[in-house]
Amino acid sequence: MVTKRVTLLILAILVIASPFFFPSSFYYRIGSLIFVNGLAVTGLVILIGYAGQISLGHAGFAGIGGYSCALLPAHLGLHPGIAAIVGAILSGAIAWLVGRPILRLKGHYLAIATLGFGILVSMVLANEAWLTKGPDGIEVPDLGLKDVLELVGLDLSNSQFWYWFSGIAFVIGAWVALNLYDSPSGRALRALHGSEIAARTVGIDVARLKLQAFVISAVYASLAGSLLALQNKFITPDVAGFMHSIEWVTMAVLGGAGSVLGAFFGAAILTTLPQVLTVFQEYEQILLGLVMMLCMIFMRDGLLPSVLRLIRGKDK
Amino acid sequence: MKSLTALATLAALGLASAASADIKIGATMSETGPAAFLGDPEAKTLKMLVEKLNAAGGINGEQIELVLYDDGGDPNKARTFATRLVEDDEVKAIIGGTTTGTTMSIIPVAEDSEVPFISLAGAVEIIEPVKEWTFKTPHTDRMACEKIFEDMKARGISKIGMISGTDGFGASMRKQCLGVVGNYGIEILADESYGPTDADMTPQLTNIKNTAGIQAVLNPGFGQGPSIVTRNFQQLAVGLPLYQSHGVASKSFIDLAGAEAAEGVHLPGAALLVADLLPADDPQKPVVEAYTAEYTAKYNEAVSTFGGHAYDAFQILMQAIERAGSDDPSAIRDEIEKTTGYVGTGGVVNMTPEDHLGLDLTAFRMLEIKDGTWTLVE
Repeated sequence: MVTKRVTLLILAILVIASPFFFPSSFYYRIGSLIFVNGLAVTGLVILIGYAGQISLGHAGFAGIGGYSCALLPAHLGLHPGIAAIVGAILSGAIAWLVGRPILRLKGHYLAIATLGFGILVSMVLANEAWLTKGPDGIEVPDLGLKDVLELVGLDLSNSQFWYWFSGIAFVIGAWVALNLYDSPSGRALRALHGSEIAARTVGIDVARLKLQAFVISAVYASLAGSLLALQNKFITPDVAGFMHSIEWVTMAVLGGAGSVLGAFFGAAILTTLPQVLTVFQEYEQILLGLVMMLCMIFMRDGLLPSVLRLIRGKDK
Repeated sequence: MKSLTALATLAALGLASAASADIKIGATMSETGPAAFLGDPEAKTLKMLVEKLNAAGGINGEQIELVLYDDGGDPNKARTFATRLVEDDEVKAIIGGTTTGTTMSIIPVAEDSEVPFISLAGAVEIIEPVKEWTFKTPHTDRMACEKIFEDMKARGISKIGMISGTDGFGASMRKQCLGVVGNYGIEILADESYGPTDADMTPQLTNIKNTAGIQAVLNPGFGQGPSIVTRNFQQLAVGLPLYQSHGVASKSFIDLAGAEAAEGVHLPGAALLVADLLPADDPQKPVVEAYTAEYTAKYNEAVSTFGGHAYDAFQILMQAIERAGSDDPSAIRDEIEKTTGYVGTGGVVNMTPEDHLGLDLTAFRMLEIKDGTWTLVE
C-alpha cells in the first residue's frame, strides 16, 4: 500500500501543480468541486473502507452543513465560517444519535437507517419553507476571506480562491484520515472490518468504534456541504438528495474505498466525467449505476488498488 | 494521473470549440430532471431560432453559435456550466436558468464576470433588487395576483376567500397575493391551505363557504391540487366565482377537473395559449401565431408558455446585439436594458434601468373556461 507520506505528497503536488495545466479559469471550478467531493468521499473511506459500514444518506449531512451556512448567519447573525463549524458539530451529534442504537446491530442496518435519514433531511429542507425558503433554495452569505486576502495583496478570482481554499481543506482532511488509519483506533477499525467476531474476541469495543467512524465521516460530509454552499453562494435541497449520496458512494467504491488516494481519484473521475460527456447528461444516472456494477464485479477493491496490484503483479 | 488525462481531454475539447467563433451565445437549461417539462421546450425553441437565424444570414453579418448545456435542474451543475460558458466557452451572453434555483446560482457568475444573463424562471427575487447584468422574460406571480385582483375589482368584488397549495408555487403566489391585495381594496376573509398530495379539499372549501360575506374564491396552486379544488367547489355548490392562477393554464387542467366543474372558472393566462382567439388587431397576434406555427411544424407538439419565454429572451438578445453593432458584452447589456416596445409571446416589453423585466399587466389575458375550452374575457 502507498504510505501516508507518499499519499500526502502526491495530493499536495496535484493540488499545486494542476493549475499550470489549466487552459482557462473554468478548470479552477472543476478542481474545487473535485476537492469538495474528495473531502466527502474521504469521510466515506473512513466509514466504508476502514469500518466496513455503508451509508446511503451522507448527502443529508451535507445538507445540514450547507444550510447551516445559509440559515445561521441569516437568523442568528453568525459568521458563515463559524456556521460551518456549528453545522459540522450538529451533523456529528445527529450521526451519533442515529448511529448509536443501529451500530450495535450486526449487518447493514446502517445503510437502511441512513437511506431514510438522507431522504428525511431533503424533505424537511424542501417542505419547511418558512425556514429554508423551500425547493427554490436560499442565498448563502460570502465567507469574506477572499476580501481579507485582497487586503494583504493576494488578489484571486472567485474560482481561484475556492480552488485553493477547498484544495487545502481536502489535503487537511486527507491528513487526518491517514493519521487515523495508522492510529490504534484505525487498526482496530480495520480489524473489525476483517472479522467482527475476531475483533470482539481480542477486546475491541466494536460498537463504539463503528460509531466513531460514522460520526467522523458525517463531519466530513457536513464540511463538504458547507464548502459547496459557500462557494456557490446559493443552496437548494438538491444538495441533500438521494442521488447525491449515491454519487459519493460510487466515487468511493470506484476509486477504492480503502484508500484516501483512491477517494481522490474516484472523486476526480466522476466529477470531470459529466463535463466531458455533456451530451450524455440524460444517461448520467445509468452510467453511474453501470460504473458501480462493473467495479463490484471486476475490481472489488476499487480502481486504484486494482491497478496498483496489476502493476505489482507484472513486476514480479 | 487519470484526472490529468481527463483534464487534458477537457482542455482539448475546450480549445477545439473555441477556434470557430462568430458570436457565441451560451445557455444552460434543465432539459432533463424534474423541471424537464419547462426546460425541454425552452431548449428546443432556442435551437430552432438559432438555426433559422443562421440560415437567414445571421446577425450583423455574423453567424450565431449556441453552446447549450443540460443542468438537469441541479443548481450546482447550473453554476458549473455557467462558469464553463463564461470562462471556457467565452460566450457573450447567457440565456437560461430554467428554474428559480438554477437561476439564483447562475446570477453570481454572470454578475462577477460581467456577462448579460436573461433568466427564464418565475420568481420576482431574480430582478428585485435589480442586478446590473441579470434580466428575465417570464411574468411574475405578483403580476398574476394583480391581474386577478384587477378583474375582481372591476366586477365589484371586495371580499374573497383564498385556498392555496403549500408547494413552492402555491406558497410563493399566496405570499405575493397577500402583499398586493391591499392595493385593490380587497379583503381576504378566509385563508385556507392544502398539501400538494391531498386528495380532498372539501373541509377547507366548506369553511370558506360558511364564511359570511365572501364574494369570490381564489386558488393559487399548481399541478393536481387546483383540479381537485375545482371539482370539490362544484360538488359543494359554493355558487361563487372561482379564480385559478396562471399555474393551471394548460389543457390538462380542464381534463383533470372535468369540463363541467371547470365551467366558468376565471384565470389569467398568456396570449400564447389563446393565439387563435386573439382579435385581429391585437399586437401580439402575429408573434404568437408565427411562433406556434413554426414550433408545431418542427417538433410536432403543442407550444407552451415556457418555450415562449425562451423565444422572447432570444429575440430581445438578438435585437440588442443588432442595435449594439458589436458583440461586446457590456454594449449588449446596455442595449438589453434599452429594450422598448418589443412585442413577444409574453407581452410587450419595455425595460428600464429600474425594471429588468419590462412587462406590465397586459401580458396576461383574463380567460374564462366555457364548454371545456378557453375563452377571452372582455
